[in-house]
Amino acid sequence: MALLEQDYLILEALQGGLPLVAEPYKVIADQLGMKEAFVLERLNDLLNNGTLKRFGVIVRHHELGYRCNGMCVWEIPIERIDEIGHAFSQYDFVTLCYERNKRFPDWPYNLFCMIHAKDRAHVLQHVDQLVRENDLADVKRDILFSTRRFKQRGARYNDCRPAHVSLQRAAQ
Amino acid sequence: MRRKIDPIELDDLDRQLINELQNGFPVSERPFHDVAKQLGSDEKTVLAKLTRLRESGVLSRFGPMYHAERMGGGLTLAALSIPEDDFDRVNDIVNAFPEVAHNYKREHELNMWFVLATETPERVEECCHEITEATGYQVYNMPKKQEFFIGLRFDV
Repeated sequence: MALLEQDYLILEALQGGLPLVAEPYKVIADQLGMKEAFVLERLNDLLNNGTLKRFGVIVRHHELGYRCNGMCVWEIPIERIDEIGHAFSQYDFVTLCYERNKRFPDWPYNLFCMIHAKDRAHVLQHVDQLVRENDLADVKRDILFSTRRFKQRGARYNDCRPAHVSLQRAAQ
Repeated sequence: MRRKIDPIELDDLDRQLINELQNGFPVSERPFHDVAKQLGSDEKTVLAKLTRLRESGVLSRFGPMYHAERMGGGLTLAALSIPEDDFDRVNDIVNAFPEVAHNYKREHELNMWFVLATETPERVEECCHEITEATGYQVYNMPKKQEFFIGLRFDV
């Protein structure tokens, strides 16, 4: 599913986020000299074919009082990885869940899940619940609490723009 | 550095908006009108609420979430083990790489964890190598093998 040249222009224009006005896509379309209906059609296509995961908002957990995030890492037997990964992803306190390669002798963990909570005690409670409800008492695990946050942004469009696509920035 | 702010007070509509919009946002002519209708509110109120939430930093961006790999890019999680007294120096070097999307200090021997988002998949390895060279510490690259999709809801 090749992207159209216009798709790159639309995504570039959306990089800073949608304007919070009644007709935000029209603003984007006008900037680009495109028809609003065309912009809407292209975006819906990109959502349907999975190029865009979704349209939405990024919530900053910290600003909501969820100040603690623990990256919980687990050494799950390979025959249980799908079962446990899917099970973890159903808990509402798990905000990310990935299987990663065990590549290093000193890093045996292959399942990573992120837990956000108001404080460490709550993270620990959540981990206990995961252990208890999924029969993981014998599984080696660790929790890496964050102590400082330096950068937080989504993967931006610029990160993945093919070099051959030239982008004309809309005249402001 | 961002201004430090206290968690803001949220009313029911704020909470509904945060919970609802994480799961998706309409791509339509009047998206805020559509959201408002769904929540029994009106467009003007919703826009005012969202503007406030964005200004307070609770919501940082309205827009598309890219699928880096399907856009032709690369994405990975990587870690470094850095002695405490060298942490700030290395941190400045790492954060200066435009590919570093977020970066957390964590309590572990591997104490710096960052996400790399690169223009091409090949660039991930290159970038890890460049960070190793620039900092003098071995980058542990931990690419994902499988993502378990969660309901993106973060209930407030």
